[in-house]
Amino acid sequence: DIISTVEFNYTGDLLATGDKGGRVVIFQREQETKSRPLSRGEYNVYSTFQSHEPEFDYLKSLEIEEKINKIRWLPQQNAAHFLLSTNDKTIKLWKISERDKRAEGYNLKDEDGRLREPFRVTELRVPTLKPMDLMVEASPRRTFANAHTYHINSISVNSDYATYLSADDLRINLWHLEVTNRSFNIVDIKPANMEELTEVITAAEFHPHHCNVFVYSSSKGTIRLCDMRSSALCDQHSKFFEEPEDPSSRSFFSEIISSISDVKFSHSGRYMMTRDYLSVKVWDLNMENRPVETYQVHEYLRSKLCSLYENDCIFDKFECCWNGSDSTIMTGSYNNFFRTFERETHRDITLEASRESSKPRAILKPRKVCTTGKRKKDEITVDSLDFNKKILHTAWHPMENIIAVAATNNLYLFQEKVN
Amino acid sequence: QDTQEKDKAIPPERAEEAKLKAKYPNLGQKPGGSDFLMKRLQKGQKYFDSGDYNMAKAKMKNKQLPCAGPDKNLVTGDHIPTPQDLPQRKSSLVTSKLAG
Repeated sequence: DIISTVEFNYTGDLLATGDKGGRVVIFQREQETKSRPLSRGEYNVYSTFQSHEPEFDYLKSLEIEEKINKIRWLPQQNAAHFLLSTNDKTIKLWKISERDKRAEGYNLKDEDGRLREPFRVTELRVPTLKPMDLMVEASPRRTFANAHTYHINSISVNSDYATYLSADDLRINLWHLEVTNRSFNIVDIKPANMEELTEVITAAEFHPHHCNVFVYSSSKGTIRLCDMRSSALCDQHSKFFEEPEDPSSRSFFSEIISSISDVKFSHSGRYMMTRDYLSVKVWDLNMENRPVETYQVHEYLRSKLCSLYENDCIFDKFECCWNGSDSTIMTGSYNNFFRTFERETHRDITLEASRESSKPRAILKPRKVCTTGKRKKDEITVDSLDFNKKILHTAWHPMENIIAVAATNNLYLFQEKVN
Repeated sequence: QDTQEKDKAIPPERAEEAKLKAKYPNLGQKPGGSDFLMKRLQKGQKYFDSGDYNMAKAKMKNKQLPCAGPDKNLVTGDHIPTPQDLPQRKSSLVTSKLAG
């Protein structure tokens, strides 16, 4: 099924994917062993479960898709792993735990579970724990429902490890992980008169260290930073980030392509990155009037906006991510291409995630899109790009140079070559 | 002659906008405004009612997935069509020339 979200956990040992069918698949990194040196860093399936089912909203006669929009891991606090997964309307907390022991020698029941005849129980025995084949179980621990009228686009776990936010097109709610029957609304941009609606919330995230700070991006290309200490309802922003637009270059497409599809804080907490249709921008939280860095992802599409509008591709929502040290950023494009940008050296590279272009363990060859008339060998022209092959979801291991790239219904894992 | 050409050069975005306006002259006055936001807020396939939805789901389970081909999509006279029988078509903002 089509992968709709990809997320590493805090150590990078687990990688979760969610798909359009409401399923979550978790991969675990194999431990290095001397006997199998080649399998270092390989990820294998650890657990699979059905997180969400399709539902029907009776009041509006609308189908609620089971597609998993986002998965966010909780930091590990005991032997079990916890993650939040959400579809358009409902967030669920899942517990993934391992079972490798089984109790044997019960007094009241047989090994196959049948109750023993009371007169057969002649002596008392203490059950013993015996090893068994590893079993990974996923169980839903909390269901956070009925808090969103519109479609949930983001969830973000707070650095206090006790609360998290969920954002839909017009509202952001704050939850406590232990409480499912109540959530606090912290942002509400719904106008009194819906005719006056000019923008929607497209993404939201908590600051990685300051538990009172979060940001949300809009369809108009702006980002608002809010401080929950200033008021209970954060409709008034503390900071407003917007790049001034050149009025002479404004067109019908300007607002659509400026819509931010993803916002991510850097690990350091000093910067944030936004993705709009054609570029990725890095903002310094201390400077609101313009980004500090701008990277063109696929500028050659600017002269194709008309057809991209007609086939709806102009509304595609690409995500972006930082590497562990914040030195490199990555985002996807079309034709199964994805791009990484090194911030210090300004080096960028285009790579392809496809079976035809790479064999396992082979080094990826850089790709290039030809933008001028003369096409060199190995280059691809803009017109021959496959716009159905879009890389919307990518993730970077929190510490190592391992990246996960979702290409429609395939997941690719790439690793930096170690000499 | 070079500078003359540069002055006349139209930014690619504007050229694309002109193309779009030429194809769809009635396109909304408010660029990227309420229309496409409203469409975004209402995303999701609408059914007439829950009975319609449940019947369509039941039919989907019994039927094979429809394959591409014009003759398979011709559902006439056999039974009342459900949303699943109709060819998938995303609603677009651009209204057809037939409407108004």
